Amino acid sequence: MGHAYTPGLTVTERTIVRRRRLLPIPGTVEAQPDSRVQADTVVARAELAGKVHVVNVANLLGIAPDEIRDYLVKKEGDPVRLDEVIAEDKPFIKWFKTEVRSPIEGKLESVSTVTGQVLLREPPRSLDLLAYVDGTVVEVHPKQGVTVETDCSLVQGIFGIGGETWGNLVMGVKSSDETLTAGQLASSMKGRIVIGGAFLGAEAMHRARQIGVAGLVVGGIHDKDLRELLGYDLGVAITGTERVGFTLVLTEGFGAIPMAAKTFALLAAHAGQKASLSGATQIRAGVIRPEIIIPRRHAADQTTETGAAAPGAERSGIKIGDQVRIIRDPLFGRIGQVVALPPDLKQIETESRVRVLEVELAKGTRAVIPRANVEIIEG
Amino acid sequence: MTLPAERPLHIIVATDCGSTTTKAILIEQIGDDYRQTYRGEAPTTVEAPFEDVTRGVLNAIAEVEELSGRKILDGEKIITPNGAGGDHKVGVDIYISTSSAGGGLQMMVAGAVQSMTGASAQRCALGAGAIVMDVLASNDGRLPHEKIERIRSLRPDMILLSGGTDGGTVTHVLEMAEYIAAAEPRPRLGMSYALPLIYAGNKDAREQVKEILGEKTALVMTENIRPVLERENLGPARNKIHDLFLEHVMAQAPGYRKLIDWAGAPIMPTPAAVGLIMQTIAKRDNLNLIGVDIGGATTDVFSVFGGVFNRTVSANLGLSYSVSNVLAEAGLDNIMRWVPFTLEEQSLRNRIKNKMIRPTTIPQTLDELQIEQAIAREALRLALEHHKSLATGLKGVQQERTISDIFEQRTSGATLIDMLKLDLIVGSGGILSHAPRRVQAMLMMVDAYEPLGFTVLSVDSIFMMPHLGVLSTVNEKAATDVFVRDCMVYLGTCVTPIGQGKDGERCADYTVTFQGGRKPEQGMLPFGELRLFPLAVDERAQVELRPAKHVDVGEGKGAPVTREVRGGVVGLLLDGRGRPLQLPSDSQARLAALTRWHEAVSLYPK
Repeated sequence: MGHAYTPGLTVTERTIVRRRRLLPIPGTVEAQPDSRVQADTVVARAELAGKVHVVNVANLLGIAPDEIRDYLVKKEGDPVRLDEVIAEDKPFIKWFKTEVRSPIEGKLESVSTVTGQVLLREPPRSLDLLAYVDGTVVEVHPKQGVTVETDCSLVQGIFGIGGETWGNLVMGVKSSDETLTAGQLASSMKGRIVIGGAFLGAEAMHRARQIGVAGLVVGGIHDKDLRELLGYDLGVAITGTERVGFTLVLTEGFGAIPMAAKTFALLAAHAGQKASLSGATQIRAGVIRPEIIIPRRHAADQTTETGAAAPGAERSGIKIGDQVRIIRDPLFGRIGQVVALPPDLKQIETESRVRVLEVELAKGTRAVIPRANVEIIEG
Repeated sequence: MTLPAERPLHIIVATDCGSTTTKAILIEQIGDDYRQTYRGEAPTTVEAPFEDVTRGVLNAIAEVEELSGRKILDGEKIITPNGAGGDHKVGVDIYISTSSAGGGLQMMVAGAVQSMTGASAQRCALGAGAIVMDVLASNDGRLPHEKIERIRSLRPDMILLSGGTDGGTVTHVLEMAEYIAAAEPRPRLGMSYALPLIYAGNKDAREQVKEILGEKTALVMTENIRPVLERENLGPARNKIHDLFLEHVMAQAPGYRKLIDWAGAPIMPTPAAVGLIMQTIAKRDNLNLIGVDIGGATTDVFSVFGGVFNRTVSANLGLSYSVSNVLAEAGLDNIMRWVPFTLEEQSLRNRIKNKMIRPTTIPQTLDELQIEQAIAREALRLALEHHKSLATGLKGVQQERTISDIFEQRTSGATLIDMLKLDLIVGSGGILSHAPRRVQAMLMMVDAYEPLGFTVLSVDSIFMMPHLGVLSTVNEKAATDVFVRDCMVYLGTCVTPIGQGKDGERCADYTVTFQGGRKPEQGMLPFGELRLFPLAVDERAQVELRPAKHVDVGEGKGAPVTREVRGGVVGLLLDGRGRPLQLPSDSQARLAALTRWHEAVSLYPK
């Protein structure tokens, strides 16, 4: 197999990122082509049909389903208020009258003379789709949304939870191997994206929530702390809709693992700048990785293409000299440089015969690693 | 490309377009038999930046071309027939394919009563190769608005609506139709087309269903899947699912129109094709079998018992993308019981999550391999449990009872899976097919499935069952030839007495008589022990077991049994560990037992 390694995560000072912002159902596009948008600009809007409520009028009035039209006081399409009578019977003695009232405010949508049911629908809800990143609208998808482009620095994480957010970057630690503790989180970090180092514990997560931190970026966490944070054991890595009070992005993985020096240095260099952060992760076909997008500060830069890689640029494969992260035990989390790519299959400890590579780690030590167990640090 | 029925097939190229990899195989007629000769693979190209499935297909076939020296492609076309232009090394007679790219076929099913038409609808969709996202029924315990919200949020590829026997209730099925209409469901792929909906319920409700759903969905009517309570009729609805899969779902996926055009037989969902080859083999050899395909995200289980086919998919049991879910469902203790060393909980949890987020990594150390194989045992076990619960007789059917049934309380809807009547287990998926030692695959399946009596075990060598399934619709001989000769790797036979006893106590005495001049093996099989005897793939042996008086080998307690068994790359395994298999609860005793078993069969290197 030509590509027996995990595609790398991008960590780059400058690139062009395009994000398609599409509505789940057709609606109206609000943004104009070539217009500048901020992360919180509404770029498209849709009306989500209201919730449907079912009332079995025939059962409630004790009548046959095909008789219900005689008892309804509202017609299909009529607006209804909460608690308003929608059907009633006509007994000889008024005292025994039974009324069926609407459980919602909305309209009467349909009547079934077979099941005796009446469907009521709540008013539609407006859904605003935001730009998510500061940038320029480069494409309009009629009725669906837009594509926003931004000239930026980009860091892809390996795993995240929580949705899209934005805020200014602030350093919580001084070095990439430091643990971000509750004590390092100050109330001034409210609404900010806090950069940590190797690890974040349960106590610090709790404190971040109390303060109202918008996002956290760290090397690793323990699975047990994630379970406590979510309230359940995450089975499949499809995330982005969690509501835990902040968005969390891991750059390395599970455990206490120093953030790659390059990632830490890039984030530190942009401390104080506005960044957009998404925890959405999907590790299946159509991979989605969490990301930190830091748009370039000066508007003039937005038009300069020099130095920015085209979006979606693909690299060809692993090469000698590439910096790689080892992503499986026994050297999980270590970073090194590829020094040899032997072409033949090699038998490893498990007796499997696999393609390997040789990595030089810090202090001149070398290790032979299956190619499947490294990822290139790209950018 | 269309194929005249009478044309003989000599050279066949087949692909399976999976979510991540497209696998191509070449099958050639050599003498009277068909053999799989070359294979190639390439990344699937359904998604950006390519967004055209045929790219990956062409790349995979190009690899086959390169290896075989046969010219198959003319630019972006597959050359047919074989021998085009008078050169016998050019072209193929037919191209066929299966597909599970883009997440496969995802369906929602609805019935009137959950355990009756709801269950039949679920079996129907699963058998057609779908992932069932939800089963809605009048009595599923959800309030109407909850049902409607669920339908709205799911976005399936297709809905199957059933309910009521012919001439029976119409109210319940119309109620479900009204909920679906109110939800205005939208398909997963594409914004602009109506969601396909198959109605396969009470025929008396057809007109009204048409009134309710005709304008809101692409409605198709077919025969009732449960025309009477006592009988299921799943075939017509399954065929409709396959038609709609091709016409609507696949046609929305990028490049599939071209692929459909190239193929000489309808493209099938991958699991449907695997199910087909399982049924073909079971029928041909008159077997009861269980097949399993354990992947990274899902585990499919197929069974044929007494000619009845069932398939289930455990959508979130797998060894990479879904590995963390195996931990969540099985629990830590159940996984740890198979690990032959002690390990801190935190370390195991973090390792499992790291595998989930980097699913393509492989175990580099023996410890890691043992952990992964421990998780595989639990995934296999849970998937079979799930299968047993769905592969049942029909619920709600009145049982005819005889005088002998008076003392036996049996309800309708009991599972069809009888491990004592099971003849063959076929394992597939990387963890089984690529285990460094074949005995590891055998013991994983034995530990997870706990077969009883005499059971043959095998693995699929390179996962070509999907290709062979679709091939069986065109040429059954070619499919079965390749299945038996190139696809299946026989591991051997497992012989398991049923009963419990103290470790070391006599379970059974055995005599194994081999063909040729090989010296017979005989001795006592104690409880708590495994014995492995080499017995090659083409060899047979006579096994005589004389069980202890409270132990059953299939003929009743204490009754001796003599059977001929077949060999395999592992051999003949006598399992004296007792059934149900119970591991010692004390940690030290458990580690000692695991070490003893592993050493008895040379499971891992020393």
